[in-house]
Formats: sequence, structure tokens, C-alpha cells
Amino acid sequence: MKWFDYTAPVTLAEAMNAVASGPRAKALAGGTDLLVQMRAGRVETDLVVDIKRVPELNELSYDSARGLTLGAAAPCCRISENASVRRHYPALAEVAALIGGVQIQSRASLGGNLCNAAPSADAVPMLIAYGAICCIAGANGTRQVRVEDFCTGPGRTVLEPGELLVSFQLPPPPAGSGARYLRFIPRNEMDIAVAGAGVQVVLDDGHFRTARIALAAVAPTPLFVPEAGESLAGKPAVPESIHAAAEIARAAAQPITDMRGTEEYRRHLCAVLTRRALEAAVQRATGGRI
Amino acid sequence: MTHRKVHVRTTVNGEAVEFLCEPRQSLLECLRDIVGLTGTKEGCNDGNCGACTVILDGDIVNSCLVLGVEVEGRNITTIEGIARSGELHPVQKAFLESAALQCGFCTPGLIVATKALLDRNPEPDEESIRQWLANNLCRCTGYDKVVRAVEQAAADLREVKG
Amino acid sequence: MKPHEYTVVGTRPVRHDGYDKVTGRALYGADFQAAGMLHGFVVRSPHAHARIRRIDTSKAESFPGVRAVVTAADFPQGPDRMVDLGDGPVPLSYVRGNLLASGKALYRGHAIAAVAAATPHAAEEAAGLIKIDYDPLPCVLTAPEAMREGAPVLLGDLKTKEFGEDTGKVSNVAEHFRWTLGDGEQGFAAADVIVEREFHTSTVHQGYIEPHNAAALWNNDGRVSVWCSTQGAFNVRDVLSHVLDLPVSRIKVTPMEIGGGFGGKINVYLEPVAALLSKKAGRPVKIVMSRRDVFEGSGPTPGSYVRVKIGAQKDGRIIAAQAYMAYEAGAYPGSMVLPGAMCIFAAYDIPNVVIDGFDVVVNKPSTAAYRAPGATNAAFAAESVVDELAEKLAMDPIEFRLRNAAKEGTRRADGPKYQRIGCVEVLEAMKQHPHYSAPLEGPNRGRGVAVGFWFNVGFPSSCTIGVNADGTVSLVEGSTDIGGTRTSVAMQAAEVLGIPAEDVLPSVVDTDSVGYTAVTGGSRTTFATGWAAIEAARDVLRQMKERAAMLWETEAVTVEAERGVFRSGDRSMTFRELAGRVAETGGPVVGRGAVDPRGVGGSFAGCVADVEVDPETGKVTILRFTSVQDAGKAIHPSYVEGQMQGGSVQGIGWALNEEYRMSEGGAVLNSSFLDYRMPTSLDVPMIDTVIVEVPNPGHPFGVRGVGEANIVPPPGAIANAIYRATGVRMRQLPMNPQTVMEGIWSWQP
Repeated sequence: MKWFDYTAPVTLAEAMNAVASGPRAKALAGGTDLLVQMRAGRVETDLVVDIKRVPELNELSYDSARGLTLGAAAPCCRISENASVRRHYPALAEVAALIGGVQIQSRASLGGNLCNAAPSADAVPMLIAYGAICCIAGANGTRQVRVEDFCTGPGRTVLEPGELLVSFQLPPPPAGSGARYLRFIPRNEMDIAVAGAGVQVVLDDGHFRTARIALAAVAPTPLFVPEAGESLAGKPAVPESIHAAAEIARAAAQPITDMRGTEEYRRHLCAVLTRRALEAAVQRATGGRI
Repeated sequence: MTHRKVHVRTTVNGEAVEFLCEPRQSLLECLRDIVGLTGTKEGCNDGNCGACTVILDGDIVNSCLVLGVEVEGRNITTIEGIARSGELHPVQKAFLESAALQCGFCTPGLIVATKALLDRNPEPDEESIRQWLANNLCRCTGYDKVVRAVEQAAADLREVKG
Repeated sequence: MKPHEYTVVGTRPVRHDGYDKVTGRALYGADFQAAGMLHGFVVRSPHAHARIRRIDTSKAESFPGVRAVVTAADFPQGPDRMVDLGDGPVPLSYVRGNLLASGKALYRGHAIAAVAAATPHAAEEAAGLIKIDYDPLPCVLTAPEAMREGAPVLLGDLKTKEFGEDTGKVSNVAEHFRWTLGDGEQGFAAADVIVEREFHTSTVHQGYIEPHNAAALWNNDGRVSVWCSTQGAFNVRDVLSHVLDLPVSRIKVTPMEIGGGFGGKINVYLEPVAALLSKKAGRPVKIVMSRRDVFEGSGPTPGSYVRVKIGAQKDGRIIAAQAYMAYEAGAYPGSMVLPGAMCIFAAYDIPNVVIDGFDVVVNKPSTAAYRAPGATNAAFAAESVVDELAEKLAMDPIEFRLRNAAKEGTRRADGPKYQRIGCVEVLEAMKQHPHYSAPLEGPNRGRGVAVGFWFNVGFPSSCTIGVNADGTVSLVEGSTDIGGTRTSVAMQAAEVLGIPAEDVLPSVVDTDSVGYTAVTGGSRTTFATGWAAIEAARDVLRQMKERAAMLWETEAVTVEAERGVFRSGDRSMTFRELAGRVAETGGPVVGRGAVDPRGVGGSFAGCVADVEVDPETGKVTILRFTSVQDAGKAIHPSYVEGQMQGGSVQGIGWALNEEYRMSEGGAVLNSSFLDYRMPTSLDVPMIDTVIVEVPNPGHPFGVRGVGEANIVPPPGAIANAIYRATGVRMRQLPMNPQTVMEGIWSWQP
């Protein structure tokens, strides 16, 4: 790893200045992706900007009108242990407890998970399914981008030079909603998703009112599949409609064959995981435990 | 060259520690190569084996994935800080008596992680032990005696606390 | 001594090195520090097969902080010669070639050059400035591919040896051997049922958590000191002596604590490179491999192609067996096909056997031993076919194995006739274990069994024991302690001396401080070094009797020693009392033991595995696992269980997920613990153990050695369990979720 300098700003303004100070400045949150990539020579930098001391990036607050404000650098362990998150966004708490092991969760953040822009990022499909919005700060003020529009390719995002992902805004969960993220990994822990599916459903009297479905590791970016969710609207929450939505997810997936799985296997997993995640979300929405 | 090392003031195992490091040096490197605490081990240097586990402000972390410069003003516990006043910690004792180590290389990380688990959850079941230790690879034991040692340590600690 | 009379053997004392290992005080190789020490970094080939045209080190040499750069040109020059490092004669050029490539890079990760600098980061940066011009060549990655006519040849001077004769033909096949017993053709002609299947297994790594490391100081007096974690300090010394062209007396190797090896830390990688760097730099140099270097630049264990054919008669007797075994040696010959062939049918008494073995070089890292090397690949194939035969004959799989189990007097195809062995007892213990008869309910679940064998080895060991005035003894040994052998060796000395295990203080020392001792490998340490300790303890007892006789003014022959008490007539003294008086009876008492024991007793192991297969993802979950092994005599049962549990879980990892994923061009795609996927604590259940004790008549306490046989059966047992869960016979390792799913999709019985 080549030499770099380090700065740890304590205000958002300082952090913005540091990030904008040069094209090779890198924001450091948990470091669980960045340090590994730097060591492997995949990322080069001359300035590491440690953003963990900036209050806005660590916010974690819930309000029944605004929903959840989630600082981009808040570590997974705080998210999974947060009472409001566990109560209102249980699938988000679960996904924060799914990324890596305990040691990783002490450091890794959902902002980092998104900015790393790996198609396999576990948190991203769940953020999409929950309808999360990214709050981005830049030299010209702030802007908002839906999570499903944030990644533009493997390792690439909409962030312009000098911009910083500050937080996520998740709408309050609608009444009658339930959500679940499921991924498939060969081991039971410490593994990269071969495929994953995050879903949120809103039920009304045994019928789907709305549903949002997003997939991991089966496209160049985390993949929002609106047509799969839309296919459920108005349909009864029965195996047939769930199966049909899962088949739409399978068709929407654009996986590649790599060492983690073949295209065929990943497509198959998309259908299986979408179906299972929908079943679990429906159960949750109807007050059941999963 | 104008590269300047960074002066870091931190607390390690309850003692104030200062060191000079390059920003690119990990906490693991700083502990081992600068501070001289070699009990924390490097197995992979990318966060996937847990041999370098230390407690940072109450949370366990892979010290290979923390920069030394990040621990300014923080509180670190390493394997060298687990035993108190010459007496083994019940976790260390349980690992010894349960034969929960063979080569012993992953042992410091496992013991540090176990201590942090039992600080939070004094009565973990087998599933939560296995879940908590899943970032700590052990290639020698097959985990059986490790899990039993954690159960033993939990029981011993509960007895001590009465 | 009769078994029931043991007072120390069979107990479970706390290990002697335990306190250092739970407090972080134990010093492993990478913990070594020396004044002025430099840090080395090894430059490795990005190509699996390439001619090295030119190496330009000038930019690296002028990088700030760099003190030395070395390449293969820094080895002593001279004509090639054959050297014997324990496995028969090999060209010195191959040994050196794997340390630093000369002329050609033969695998991705092959070491080409090395840099020593003030810090590890500076060394790594400087290494990036070494410019190497390559002519990439086509590569071959599997044995069948490398054996094809016209395949790219790795080693231009490698001539195939066939049936012991040099054929003069240059190819990737280093050796083809054939062993026969009886008459294979007639045997199969007499069979009622014949099953013949093909099996593929991937390259796997031992996966020890501690990366390879070595520090070396080439001193001004021409002596070389080395500190490293190794399974054999004397082996390191021998290798250094050959490749550096130095007499062994000029080299001292100090074994540091070792963080796992499983066979993979027998081979030498870094020590000579550190020594060459130190010679140039005039300062000590330490090199520690990265995890990626460990995967790409150290020795994994071979991938293989195995074809097995077994014929049985209606009454359940196996009448004939045939195996074709092609193992990937990696870049240089020596693929473990030989031990694999020794073990493939070792559990069975079969009158007619033909085994063809092929040792094949491929563009992968030069392979190394891994816990019963070669035997797991072989047993996966044999135990799958045996299982199919049992099914065809409608016999219980354990009964079928018992019907054909090897016993005392059975001859193996490679020649030896068994002494007393415990194959039948292991199978009986499996059958009687509650696990085997427990109901296994629910869909997609299945139970499988398999057995395996490892022959174990003897080889030289040395030990001295000095008596301390307080009644303890200091035991000095040369076997590096990889998993508690200080204690299992000390306990045997304690048993002989009649003192508690805690009163024996074992030290593992450098090569100047103890007699020659072979590697910690082949499950030999508790057997052979234990025996050396027994001899040394007996020597101490003999001398102590003389001292007692001196005090009592009688003849030594009248003095008896039992359980730590010396008696002659009505006089008696404890070991401790007598130890307090050695100073006044002639000075120090030091016993010595130096052995090269025959009498090795092979070990059988078996397991029962319950699995559940997710029919929609192919993922296999191990629900319950029981490991059974014949230890001969378990000196420290906890550490015997530990070996069985560790070996079982390595076998489970090998069965389910572990493998080298290679690109077509020979790049390892998963050289990290993330993607190599060894079992985590969440991937395995508790591992039940049953220690069977059929004493080895060739050892004073009946020890066989337990380090290895336990890894052999799991892949076969799990494959058999998957079959019962899904109806699909898996014939390739690993049986990862995707391959199982594809198996379910495409299965046609």
C-alpha cells in the first residue's frame, strides 16, 4: 500500500472540504471494503478522510412522520441493536446483522455498503425495498437520489467528485407492511451473496396493496424489479401470486457466470429467494413471526 | 519526501500509550510492530479470520481493518489485557482446561471475542456462541471444544458473579 | 506395564504451553524481532506458465530503504545434482526452482525475486518496481489435461518413469507405477456385481491460520541462523544446507511456535530466500507471507482424477478392485499419489487388486502434504463405490464393510501385511454408536458412513531428560509442537518416571541443542518422539537407581522403581527425594533417548454423517457427525478428540466448499479466506468422538498416532449421505450447493 495522508474532520463542512481537496481523496467509514481494496492495489489514494467523527453521518433517529434518518457511516452493530429500527424496520436490523461477522458489523456502515457499489451488497436490496432515499452533500448544496438509482455499475455510483453520501431517509413503514431480505451463500456466515432478494409488502385484507422487490448479485448493480412488485398489487396473498412474482424476478435478473455461481443457478436462486422472502414478508405483515 | 508520521495517543489495556505511525499502518501493525504487543495475530489481513480481534471501545473489531491513526483517544483491549493481576480470566482458564486450543494461533482472537460476548450475554446458547464466533476461523479444533469452553466460561463467570 | 496400571497415560492434564498460548505470550514465527531487522517481500509470477526473459531490479535497488534484492541468480551456481530430502532423490534444481524461479515461472504465484527493506511497506513498494519480462506459455491445470499427447510440457528435463524404469520420454507424467495383488482379471470375472465410477477432486489448501514466515541472519562468521514456524526444524536445516551449499553444522534453525500446518509447513519456502537477502544486506531479514501468498505460493494438496472399479460376489465378499489414480503434483513431481494408492483399498481384505498411479505435473503450486496426504481423494472414490455395491447387494453399509474389513494378516496391494489393526473395531464402534441407530426423520435428509486409513510413520527422534533438584525433570525435544505434543510426549516420560505430567517440563529447542528429529508429520510425534522420551526416561531411571544404590550402599540391581518410588529391601525414597540428592551422588542425571522406531501401527477412522439438503438451493447442512478412530492408546484423550474433531471438520470443508477456483489462464480466483470458504463455527455441529483403543504392538504404550486418518472418511460419508437425502450420487469434490443442485437437475441413475 502506497503512502497516504489521513484526516479526521469533525464537521460536515470540514469533511466536504477534505473530500473535495483532490481527485484521489477517499472517504473512510468502517474501512471493511476500502482498506482491503487499498491493500490489494485496487484503490489508490493520497488522502483518507475519516468521516466517522462527523455527527450528520452518525445520525440514527426515528420519527413517525419522517421515518428513519440513518447516517451513512453508522456502524451495522448500532443499526441492528437500535430499538426503533428493530421495531419499525426489522428486515433492516436483520440485514445489518447479516453483513460479515460481529467484528465487521462493529465497523461496516450501510453508506459504505452502498458506495462500494458491489452488485452483491446485502443492505442495498433491502434499502430499495424500504424505499430509502440517499441524501448527498456537495459543493452546490444537497441533493436526493433514490437508492435504486445510486449505483451505475460495479464499483460506480452517481456521486460526483467532491460529493459525499451523508444519510439515508426511510419512509415510515405503512400499516400492514412486512419486509424480509434473504440471500444465498454457500457457508452460513462470512460469505458473499450468490444471489439475494429484499422485499417489502403492504397487505390489505389478505391482498397485496403494494410490493417492492430488489435483487442482489444478479446484475451489474443491485437490481430493483418494479414489475415484480407491481404484479402483486391487488392480488391475494396466496402462493400462486407469490410464485408469479418470483418468476418475474427470475426473468428480470441479468446474472453473469463467475466463480460464485453460473447464470442459470443464479436465476434459479432469484426465484427461490424472492418467493421465500415474499412468504416471510407476508407472514410478518399479518403479524406472524418468522 | 515530506511524509510525516502521526502521533497517536490512546489507551491500551488500561494504560496510556503513545506511538508514532504511518497512516497506512493498521492498528494490528501498530500494536505488534510499534507497541510490541505481539499477542494479537495476523492471519489474513483482510478481516476474514478474526485472529487479530481486539476490543475497541467495547466492540470487537478486526484490528487489521482499523488504521492505527483512527484510535486517537480510543480505548483498546488486546489479549495481553484479558488476564487481571496475574490471574487468568475465566475465559482463558476455560480454554485451557477444555483443551480448546491446538496450535493456539487463533486463540487470542477467540478469547478476546468470547470475553466481549460474555460481557454482553452471560448465558449464550450454542447457536449464539457459534453466531458470535463466526468471524473467528479456527482450523485445528473443528470448534467443538471452543464452543464447550465458551459455555464453561459462561457458567464459571455466572458462578463468580453469583 | 498393563493398561490398567497407567497413572499418567490416559489422563487429561493442562498442556504445558497452555498459559503462554491463552495470554498471547507465546512467540510464533512472525513475532520474532532482532536488532536492525529488515523486512522481505517476495515478487511472484502473475502467469501460470511463462518464460522469464529478463529481470530488471535496478529501480527496486535504488528505492529508499531497500538493502537487498535477490533472484535465483543468487543461489550458489554449479551443475545440478540429486538430493534426498526424505522422499527420495530429487534434482536440486527443482528444490531451488520452487524457492525462486529460474528460466520459467510454472504457476501463478511462483516466487521470482525478493526485496529486503526497512519496513514491510517499503519492501512491498520496492518489489513493485522490479520489472520482469515474461513470454506467457499455454498452461495445463488438471492431470488428465497434462497427460494428453501434445500437452504443453512444464519441465523440459522431466522424463517419465514407468514401473521403476526411466522411459526417456519427456512428458508431464513424472511417474507411472502399478501394484498388483492376485489376478485382477480373474477376480472381476468371478464377481457377481461390479461398479465402476470416475471421481474428480479439486485442489485444496491446508488452511492453517498462521501464514508462512521466516527470519534469517547470515552472520559475519559465515553461520546462518533461522527462526521460523515449521513442522521440522531439521528438515529446514537440511534444505538450507542443500540449496545454500553449506554444511549443516553452519546452520542453526530455531523453531518458533507454529500456528497450524497439517502437512503444509513441512515444505520450505521462505527460509533460504531470507538467508540470501540477509547475506546481501548484512542484517537479519524477516519475511511473512500474505494470505494470498499462502494460497498461491505455498503448497496445497493435489486435485485428482480417480477411477475405481470394485467387484463383489452375491455373498457380499469383495473379490476384486482396480484403481486408476492421476494426481496433480503441481509444478514439480511428488503428488501424494503414492500414499493415496497405499490407502485406497487399505480398509479391505481383497484378494485381487490392480492399482495404477500417475504423478503428473501441472501449472499449479507445487503440492504439499495435507493430513493423510492423498488418502482423502482416494477414499472419497473407494467409499462411494463400496457404498453403491452395498446398496446393490442390499446390505447394510457397515455390515458390508465389516464383511470385507482388513485385519491382522491382510496383505495390502503395495506389499505390507498388517500387524494387529483396528479396522473391525472401528466399524463395530460405528455400528454400535447410538447415532447409527437413531431415527433420521424428515424429508431431504440422509445418513452416510465411510472409513479411511492412514499408515502413520516412524522416523528418527531425539530427546534428553535432565533431573532437577526439586524433583521435576526438564525434557528437551526436537519435535515442533503443533497441537499439544509437548504434553503427549511429556506424559509418556512421566508415566515411566512415575511422576505427575506437570513435573515434566518440556522444551522444543533449536537444531544445535537436540539430536536429529524428523518432522512433526505422519502422525509420528506422539509415537516416535514419545518413544524417545520413554527411552530417555528409562535411562534416567537406570541412573537414579544407581544413585539410590550409592546412598544405600547396595547394588543397583537390587533397586526397583515403581510409580515414582525407589525401593531396595525395606528402604525407599521418592523420586523427588532422590532428585534432591543427585548433586551429592555424582552430579547431574541426564537421560537420553534416540530412536528410529519400526513397529509403526496404522490407524483406521470412520464416521457417521447426517445431512439435510435444501432441494431448491443444493445446500448441504451437516446435522450430526460422529467420528471414530483407533488411537492404539490415547495418551491425552482430550487432544486425541481434538485431532479427530479438527480432522473431521477439515474433511467436511473439503467435502462441501473448499477448492481452488482457477481461471482458464491458471489464476487462482479465490485466494482469500473469504472466497476459499473454510468452515466457520456456524457451518458445523458438535463433533462426537469415539476413541477406539487397539494397542499397537510396536509401541511401549500401544500408541498409533491420531493426526491424520480422521480427515479421510468425511467426504465419502457425506457423499453417501447426500445420496440417501436426494437420490443423487455426487462424484466430484467439492459438493458445493451449485454442483449438488446441478446434480439434482441432471441426475439419471
